[in-house]
Amino acid sequence: MGLKPKVFKRQVLKTVEQTALSTGDAVHDAPTGDSSNSDGSSRRYFLIQATSVVGAAGAVGAAWPFVSYWSPSEKAKALGAPVKIDLSKLAPGEMLSPIVAWRGKPVFVVRRDADTLASLETDTEMLADPDSAVAEQQPDFAVNAWRSERKEYGIFLGVCTHLGCSPKYVVTDNFVETGQGGFFCPCHGSRFDMAGRVVKGVPAPSNLEVPPYRFESDTVVLIG
Amino acid sequence: MQQTNSESKQGSLANAMSWLDARFPATETFEYHMSKYYAPKNFNFFYYFGWLATFVLVNQLVTGIWLTMNYVPSGDAAFASVEYIMRDVEFGWLIRYLHSTGASAFFVVVFLHMYRALMYGSYRGPRELLWLIGMAIFIALMAEGFFGYLLPWGNMSYWGAQVIVSLAGAIPYVGADLMEWVRGDFLMSEVALNRFFALHVVALPIVLLGLVFVHFVALHHVGSNNPDGIEIKKNKDENGVPVDGIPFHPYYTVHDIHATVVFLFLFCAVVFFAPEMGGYFIEKPNFEVANPLKTPEHIAPVWYYTPYYAMLRAATFPLFGLDAKFWGLVTMAAAVIIPAALPWLDRSPVKSMRYKGILSKAALGIFVVSFIILGVLGVLPAEKEYTILAQICTMLYFAYFVLMPWYTRVEQTKPEPERVTS
Repeated sequence: MGLKPKVFKRQVLKTVEQTALSTGDAVHDAPTGDSSNSDGSSRRYFLIQATSVVGAAGAVGAAWPFVSYWSPSEKAKALGAPVKIDLSKLAPGEMLSPIVAWRGKPVFVVRRDADTLASLETDTEMLADPDSAVAEQQPDFAVNAWRSERKEYGIFLGVCTHLGCSPKYVVTDNFVETGQGGFFCPCHGSRFDMAGRVVKGVPAPSNLEVPPYRFESDTVVLIG
Repeated sequence: MQQTNSESKQGSLANAMSWLDARFPATETFEYHMSKYYAPKNFNFFYYFGWLATFVLVNQLVTGIWLTMNYVPSGDAAFASVEYIMRDVEFGWLIRYLHSTGASAFFVVVFLHMYRALMYGSYRGPRELLWLIGMAIFIALMAEGFFGYLLPWGNMSYWGAQVIVSLAGAIPYVGADLMEWVRGDFLMSEVALNRFFALHVVALPIVLLGLVFVHFVALHHVGSNNPDGIEIKKNKDENGVPVDGIPFHPYYTVHDIHATVVFLFLFCAVVFFAPEMGGYFIEKPNFEVANPLKTPEHIAPVWYYTPYYAMLRAATFPLFGLDAKFWGLVTMAAAVIIPAALPWLDRSPVKSMRYKGILSKAALGIFVVSFIILGVLGVLPAEKEYTILAQICTMLYFAYFVLMPWYTRVEQTKPEPERVTS
């Protein structure tokens, strides 16, 4: 809107005046397209601008429900509620099976032994982001070499950060450098170590995501 | 500085337009249909409804597409998916009420649009084909509404569809087989639901859009009629522009935006405060899932079909060896189709009711009153005195059409003016 408040006021007063004085039929006069009257054209300009702004606001308001309609419904939100996982039967060196889903995404739970945990401190040379610098990929409590709340248990979303395939848990020989297992994505060959940290030189840009979770007891963890 | 800027901006815009115009008739189409389409300057209130019908059509298409995203057309899940939309989907209730209220609004504006044509003789030459296309739109719209009404799979949806499909059973010899063929089953079931879904969501919208498109093309070829019923094209200035015409854009676009705002006030009031309209827009038994073993106590179609439904029920006696059921079907079908004959039934020397005689005015008045009475009777239970009233009104409804060649010729008309009046 190009009109300053003072100009606007003057304009409106003039408009009112014109309307009051106008005796001709606008419909009859208008088609001749006579806009030599500068006051008339700026009045028209103002009205078009004002109508456009109000119309645009209305369009945005009308679009709002249609856009919201696409967001997760109450049902989807309810299905996205936290899930409890019992870890009592998970032995060291294993990944929890069957895989539990949280919000439809596979949750990988691995119990790491002492050797594996030791390797996580030393394999940093081959990793793209050994210190978990990308903040969105994990809650604050998982910003450490083992990327978990408790050292023993690694909990990650099994979704490759490249294009969303689910990586495989490979127990040994995934990494010649450490002799340890890790996660290997069959789609495009991305590899992650036992802390879900991505290796340099693979398509995946960042570490596996760590979901928010907390331990309810030593053997029960609540994801979400 | 600013001057140069805006000049160069205009220059590049003009270049872009000429690039486009060389490859696509953009400016030409806009001028032909909008800025150089001359509409009579004396349009009144009744000329809003063509645009409003288009507006409601867009509402139905957009909200319909959105509803389809969550609706499940299966016997087990249809009812629950509608409830899911109403309760769990963000703004699902609003989108559904916009669609269900839109259906009723569609018929309100289309009935008024058609009444306008009856008043001002808009069906008369050279607009006979325009009128026939409009009739086809009306019939497609009735079918679209009927198929859509089954989809929520409530008990009224179910039994309403059951009754209408059973009408096919009234046709001699082939009736029973035809009914089975339409349902694809021995009763109304998921099979019919899936068919109706395909027809409602894909087939009929395509047909409707196609018909609406040719309705516009035909209209812009012959030009709009007006409340005086005279041809503005007979009186042109030296540039070939009708003296009594004004460019559709901007004059009638602005006019129609205004109408849209007023319409939206009323429409939103219903959507937000009375979406069920006391059981007339969304009927009460429809809050219960379809049950093939239990008919609702009182079956009535949605209000916009009730005049025709009342005429269907008004046929209560056999004739020429065929039973009443068959004649009910014939009466209803004839009632829907007979307005298509109007261009050839009206023999008046004038088009508009303004210049027609007393007989035409009385006939139109009686026609409108009987149509409304039939509409009211259609929602009431079929009791004896109501049936007699429905029979009288059915006769009056048809008399308007059948007697038109007579009363439009014998009555005294007023002379049409040379130019449109305000």
